[in-house]
Amino acid sequence: MTAEVTPVVPGTASGPAIVLDEPVSLWGGFDAETGCIIDRQHPQLGVCLTGAIVFMRSGRGSSSASSVLAESVRLGTAPAAFVIEQPDEILVLGSFVGEELYGITTPVVIAEPSLSGDITTGTTITLDASTLRWSLP
Amino acid sequence: MTVTLTSDEEAMLDGGSGEGVAMAMRLVVRLAEAMGAASLLPVTNAHIDSCLYHGQSGLDFVNRLVEGAAQVTVPTTLNVSSLDLLHPELFLGDDDTRVAATTLMDGYVALGCESTWTCAPYQREVRPSLGEDIAWAESNAIVFANSVLGARTHRYGDFIDIAAAVTGRVPAAGLHLAEHRRASVVLDVSQLSTTLLATSAVYPMIGLLAGRLAGNDIPAIVGLPATTTEDDLKALGAAGASSGSLAMFHAVGLTPEAPTLDAATGGAPARTVTITAADIRAARDELSQTTSTTLTSVNLGTPHYSVSEIGRLHDALAGQTVHESIAFYVSTGREVLAEAGLRGWVEPLEAAGVTFVTDTCTYITPIVRDTTGVSMSDSAKWAYYAPGNIGVESIFASLDECVASAVAGRIVRDDELWS
Repeated sequence: MTAEVTPVVPGTASGPAIVLDEPVSLWGGFDAETGCIIDRQHPQLGVCLTGAIVFMRSGRGSSSASSVLAESVRLGTAPAAFVIEQPDEILVLGSFVGEELYGITTPVVIAEPSLSGDITTGTTITLDASTLRWSLP
Repeated sequence: MTVTLTSDEEAMLDGGSGEGVAMAMRLVVRLAEAMGAASLLPVTNAHIDSCLYHGQSGLDFVNRLVEGAAQVTVPTTLNVSSLDLLHPELFLGDDDTRVAATTLMDGYVALGCESTWTCAPYQREVRPSLGEDIAWAESNAIVFANSVLGARTHRYGDFIDIAAAVTGRVPAAGLHLAEHRRASVVLDVSQLSTTLLATSAVYPMIGLLAGRLAGNDIPAIVGLPATTTEDDLKALGAAGASSGSLAMFHAVGLTPEAPTLDAATGGAPARTVTITAADIRAARDELSQTTSTTLTSVNLGTPHYSVSEIGRLHDALAGQTVHESIAFYVSTGREVLAEAGLRGWVEPLEAAGVTFVTDTCTYITPIVRDTTGVSMSDSAKWAYYAPGNIGVESIFASLDECVASAVAGRIVRDDELWS
């Protein structure tokens, strides 16, 4: 299966999908040391996002999220890519700075809201610029 | 989409003003491309959130700017950091973090930023005015600037804040453009009782619900009383930026771009959501999930307390003393603390057992001396983030409940207030 997406931070990535029931605030909700969700109100508390293609509706919360993403890029705990439905500048900035400082790209792409219905957590995803590929289970 | 740059902007990008300026301009231009902006806009003012220590990457970034000979080109204030420079003994973290956080703060001062160290730059004497384009980071400051001041800032975060301060430019996009500042959802609070709306604690709960209901839309809130204060709107915005991505709201009849509902929406149709007392109660209960019943601390001032809020606390605590088992913190800006001191409020509050924290905040850095048991706050933002950040169990409560609990040394609830 394939889907066309709009790259905001272009790049390539592959990994297992994690479809978040609710957006997570990287700052305060995600631990850059471990790569896992620490927001106690989040339904996926404890889930680790390292190396995953993270699907979430939008960004969330504090403007420190850019720093947390850049720090997790430095530590190697960042997701492989973000697939979001609405543009999120704070996420995008964290990704740009990870690239400026460490030469590692965490792609951010915009997808149609219907896409997250087709993809479930665990599906292996490949992102190549503006194309997402996956196999049906 | 290609962003059209002026010759000055091109020169900054090309490294003519140094590698620090060039990196800052690359970030501004890349963000402009990501936002679909056709050009850049000059800003008059910036507020920097990047000075809070999150790890080595923050230091790596500021060092690039300092080594690249960058300087801010507009008046620039600094958000809270991880340390209280006026009361350094309050920091209970390790020395490595203390040293790294200090180095980060020094880096931003070296770039020409003012040592304000507050998350509430809108509580300073001089503040941006209606229609002014600014580059502010810190989610609560963004929502206050857009909503209450009518100044225009997009939802900026770390890195782009200082990039905008260095280049004096932001993308001509997002909330800088009038057409993106209109409400598309109406939150009706007119069913709430006059008594409830006269309680400051209801405003963060309205904000919490607004953040969740609005998504990326701008809400217009109808039914707020004329007596609503700036402190109330501050608490509302801060809560909405915690539970969601609220960057702006209109309070119809109160905020400068919303003299009427039509002005707020631009006359376009908007979906309406009614907020009931049951919704408010549920929001409070959601922020009060604890397993322990032992109160150990009370934490006020997230965002930083204003002079009037310190005055309210002074009146509420009058003649009483904080129980010896309770640590009672008030986070505020150093300028506000100085003003409250001149008004004679600081000394009696300290004598009653209140510890003032400046330059930082008790939910982002290790200051709270006992993180077992339950911590109480009159801030929805504090109650929302503190469990994840500093490992406490938190309860949201009104100022009066906070004061009564601190004096009694146990959790005191006024359930009539919330019914």
